[in-house]
Amino acid sequence: MSTLLLQALYLVAAALFILGMKQLSSPKGARRGNWTSAVGMLIALLATVVNLGLLRRFTFTGSVLALVGVAVGSIVGTVGARRVRMTAMPQMVALFNGVGGGAAALVAVYELSYILGTHPSPAESFPSVFSIVVGGISFAGSMIAFAKLQELMTGTPITYPGQQVVNGLVALAIVALAVYLIGFSNLALAFSALLVLALVLGVAFVLPIGGADMPVVISLLNAFTGLAVAASGFILDNFALIVAGTLVGASGTLLTLLMSQAMGRSIANVLFAAVGSPVAGPAGAAGAEGKSVRAGQADDIGTMLAYSRRVIIVPGYGLAVAQAQHVVRELADLLEKKGVAVDYAIHPVAGRMPGHMNVLLAEANVPYEQLKEMDEINDDFKSTDVVLVVGANDVVNPAARNSPGSPIYGMPILNVDDAHNVVFLKRSMRPGFAGIDNELLYDPKTIMLFGDAKESLTKLVAAVKAA
Amino acid sequence: MTTELLTLVTYFVLAIFVGIEVISKVPTILHTPLMSGTNAIHGIILVGALIIAGSAHDPVGYLLGFVAVVLATTNVVGGFVVTDRMLEMFRGRRQ
Repeated sequence: MSTLLLQALYLVAAALFILGMKQLSSPKGARRGNWTSAVGMLIALLATVVNLGLLRRFTFTGSVLALVGVAVGSIVGTVGARRVRMTAMPQMVALFNGVGGGAAALVAVYELSYILGTHPSPAESFPSVFSIVVGGISFAGSMIAFAKLQELMTGTPITYPGQQVVNGLVALAIVALAVYLIGFSNLALAFSALLVLALVLGVAFVLPIGGADMPVVISLLNAFTGLAVAASGFILDNFALIVAGTLVGASGTLLTLLMSQAMGRSIANVLFAAVGSPVAGPAGAAGAEGKSVRAGQADDIGTMLAYSRRVIIVPGYGLAVAQAQHVVRELADLLEKKGVAVDYAIHPVAGRMPGHMNVLLAEANVPYEQLKEMDEINDDFKSTDVVLVVGANDVVNPAARNSPGSPIYGMPILNVDDAHNVVFLKRSMRPGFAGIDNELLYDPKTIMLFGDAKESLTKLVAAVKAA
Repeated sequence: MTTELLTLVTYFVLAIFVGIEVISKVPTILHTPLMSGTNAIHGIILVGALIIAGSAHDPVGYLLGFVAVVLATTNVVGGFVVTDRMLEMFRGRRQ
């Protein structure tokens, strides 16, 4: 295969990636878009392999190992992606992102170890150094994000005094070492130290970030991996790597900003404010002590629902965990038959990833027009008889509006507290993902129905039928 | 700076603009699938991993190449499959 043909096929692949991303950003073509990109990937990979084969660049052992590697990776990737439960999607994305970052760093390590013996110009060594640092951070950071979401370690922020200063110093040390490596030295020791420091920074940078903010962090690390891949493209003079890596780096950066915007927060606040720490001191914890909550019975709540005119359901992560999407639809259908108007209010960051609730309710065939976005429905709560909050907490916490000291202050929330009655389906009084107490739980118009969301909803269905 | 390097930098700069432009109007519900889909695309590092693994000729090269290929393939295959699973769920709401 001539270089010309290889480049032409890379161009086709790049065009398919762009087209795929375009389709991915509209609901209609999204699924097709994913496969458009996959076809582009296949073309780029086949072109590369055939080209290397024709150039007789393959060594025997090397190509056998590459084949085995592809087989192992394909099995791990497919099984992992097929087996994962819907609730565990975000950490799976983190894992797949991390291994990509790791691969980019390894490619750079290999190349750097070759040019170290010669006297590389800064233009030659800079991409390697960049790829090692950014790929290393992405790998280590993604693994911590995975561990937090998978609950292999605590999901709450891990903080200590002077944390950001220490992280800043590690970052400075990385920059100094990088400059040293690029400008002056080809010491193998300095370059191992660089890799270690990058891994340390990846871990240290994600530790203070709480579970609720993890999707934003994963998106940022996704952009990091993209940039590391682009840098590897500069090392290998490879058009496909540069273009695909940069596309992901740029779109990932924008997506990160859009995600934090959807939470009403700045990216700096997400990354450095350690939101979700257990709140210490008089301002936080004291508020909840000594207040009483009203626990209700399914029968009474069912009767109340059946004789309402308007009911709004607010789904959250608890609905996903309990896999209660089908039961909640059954309840809604039943109420509609009794003449109650039912809508679902979808907060943009309900669940553990944006769009989580839409995906879940779509699975249960909930009619699309019943799913209302926050801005669309927020004024309707005033005229709503009962709001049924199913496993959501932070996205309806009035502290976001009322307490300037609260970590979630400023986040747009659903105005559930405007409704006449609020019913919380919750397993316990435990605070939500952000770790903040919710005063609405103690409000006189609030009734708690404790238990697993699915069981509680099943009881409500029976109660509404009987009413 | 050589002409070759400048050409590479040109690809890089143009790709930044395309990357930003192409997703600028994405609705919130597609944030996660889009993140996951682009995550699969940076699995293109498999091209680089195959180049170094396939042409490796010493133990260090074998090791680095093999591990890089496994990681990159996991990224590509897992990335596309997991994105498809997310988007599969959107099917149900055809009207």
